[in-house]
Amino acid sequence: MEQILANGVYLGAQYAMIALGLTLIFALMNVLNFAHGQMYVLGGFVTYTFYGQLGFPFVSGLVMSCVTLFILGALIERFLFAPVIKRSSREESTMLLAAGLAFFFDAVILLVFGEKQRGVPKIVNGVFNWDFRLIMPYDRILICVLAILSIASFILFMQYSKTGRALRALAQDRTAAQLMGVNVDRYSMIGFALGAMLAGLVGGLLVTITGVNLGMGGPTSIKAFMMVMIGGAGVISGAIWGGIILGFMEAFGLAYLAQYGDITYLLIFVSLMIFLAIRPQGLMGKPWG
Amino acid sequence: MKRRSILKSAAAAVALSAMAAGSAWAENPTLKIGFVGVTSGPAAAWGISNQRSMEARAAWINETGGYTIGDTTYDIEIVSFDDQKDPKRAIAGMEKMAQEGIHYVVGPNVDDGAAAVRPVAEANGIMYFPYAFPKELYTAPASNAVLGMVANYQSGPAIYKHLMENEGVKTVAFIAANESDPLSQRDGGVAAAEALGLEVVSSNVTYQVDTTDFTPVLTPVLRTQPDLLVLSGVSPANAPQLIRSARELGYQGLISTETAQDAQVLQEGAGDLANGFISVGGASTPELASDAMREFVQRYTDMFGEYNDESNTKVYALEYILETLKADPAGIDNVDVFKATMDTFEAPNPYMVGDAKLRYVGDSSFGQKRQVAVPLVVNVFQDGTFETLFVAEVD
Repeated sequence: MEQILANGVYLGAQYAMIALGLTLIFALMNVLNFAHGQMYVLGGFVTYTFYGQLGFPFVSGLVMSCVTLFILGALIERFLFAPVIKRSSREESTMLLAAGLAFFFDAVILLVFGEKQRGVPKIVNGVFNWDFRLIMPYDRILICVLAILSIASFILFMQYSKTGRALRALAQDRTAAQLMGVNVDRYSMIGFALGAMLAGLVGGLLVTITGVNLGMGGPTSIKAFMMVMIGGAGVISGAIWGGIILGFMEAFGLAYLAQYGDITYLLIFVSLMIFLAIRPQGLMGKPWG
Repeated sequence: MKRRSILKSAAAAVALSAMAAGSAWAENPTLKIGFVGVTSGPAAAWGISNQRSMEARAAWINETGGYTIGDTTYDIEIVSFDDQKDPKRAIAGMEKMAQEGIHYVVGPNVDDGAAAVRPVAEANGIMYFPYAFPKELYTAPASNAVLGMVANYQSGPAIYKHLMENEGVKTVAFIAANESDPLSQRDGGVAAAEALGLEVVSSNVTYQVDTTDFTPVLTPVLRTQPDLLVLSGVSPANAPQLIRSARELGYQGLISTETAQDAQVLQEGAGDLANGFISVGGASTPELASDAMREFVQRYTDMFGEYNDESNTKVYALEYILETLKADPAGIDNVDVFKATMDTFEAPNPYMVGDAKLRYVGDSSFGQKRQVAVPLVVNVFQDGTFETLFVAEVD
């Protein structure tokens, strides 16, 4: 049981971080960013290049992932999403744009980084072993702690900084925020860039554990959408709860259902369908959006 | 006036050089050979090594004047299609080959893709060389598919037997991704292990193809404490993560697979934890490799930046196609002639030292010659490179 709980905490923390960026972008701009998984992969490859290939310290690789994805996110919002949102009131326009971006990133990643699975040296060696009841490599523990610290920092940033307050105002009511003097265009760009940066950060963190490859983007996006649906679209706390719930469901399912074959995700999807039929707005979302 | 003359001279020079270039291009007719396989996603390394092997070999042939079949010397053109490991895309790829008039195709790389393209290949007179193991593809009445490598039901028993005799293995556990290739390889592996007298302690644990964290998946398998953990049909992307998780969970037994792997990917993903990992390697070792194989490796590396050990096997399919066509040039447009030639075909193997031959095998597994003869090389990973554990022959 100790092992299952530990696996659940670890999976939940990383999933919550993946979902945070997606839900932030949705909250601010009503954009379903299908390219979120590809941004995560890109973040992983940037850390791989700086830490794994060029030999810089891991932290600098992580910083480069954040900076690269922040700049990329800002450019994407400024030159792609903002013009589309201004010219088209149809929501599918941004969805199609996001899907196109996902394919574009896949092609760019293939060209620049190749098709192979890539990995980096372990950042910490050794395994914590409590009498074979709980086994957890130290690098997983470190990544889990860093993920939890990142989530806490993000919440504090959103709660107490001027930018965070402006972003929250924008998420609550775009028109009202504009009337109160919030520079909507500027903060939309910052919000999108922050969402992309979070994807880059978690990609950089997890490349030390899972490695990274071209094919990880799509499945990562699907999981992120699942978490956001569980927690409630556009709600920060919802994304965190969604990640934790999915992490624990996966950990318990794989431990207790493995003998019956690969039915864990089948049951998770069935549960999700039933849950959404009863509460379509998710755990923390409001029915009116 | 002077300016006009210069312009005229320039125009004439351009026209002449264009004609010269045109005549150079027209020197050799082109023989198109197709490739339909996976070159993106987690299993991309399998298809990319195919495509790059074919492109490197074709470039080599073209650079040295072309390939003579009968009275004609051809330049070789490789037409590639990424099926993304999706059977529907594989069918589309094979249809594209048919539309281009191609009769010889390498791939697909996986079971469901290879099975899906069979009707298209048979209806359009296409011989194809899959890297997939279902026996129905190679057993009569099927006759258009030729297995391009050693199958898991041929390599698995050889590996298990070796480990039973040399490492005292008595119990074995299998884990596979939840998709057709790995599951069928797992079932084949379980049957082979039981036939050899091994005790199978776990075989029903599977994982999603897109799993990135294998610790929860492996925990119940490793509780059974097997002497040997078999990663059935594991993709190069998943192998290092599985090995790493197993070792970090304290597993100290042997780990093996019947699929080919990539040394660099293993080193990056699992480092020293991958030491001792047993896999089927490319069909060559330093002792077996001829000068031609060494030149191929060099050309491939120069062309693409890095080599993939699996290409030691993947280089053969194109060679078999061309050599068989050379044996009877009528096969270029008629696969029935090609099939008839296969029964008696034999040619020197340029990639192996000694008097090794290119020939078709498969009588014992399929009842007809529908497999290329390549050596079965079983490797063990050690400190970033593969070392040869043993070499065997199929059929």
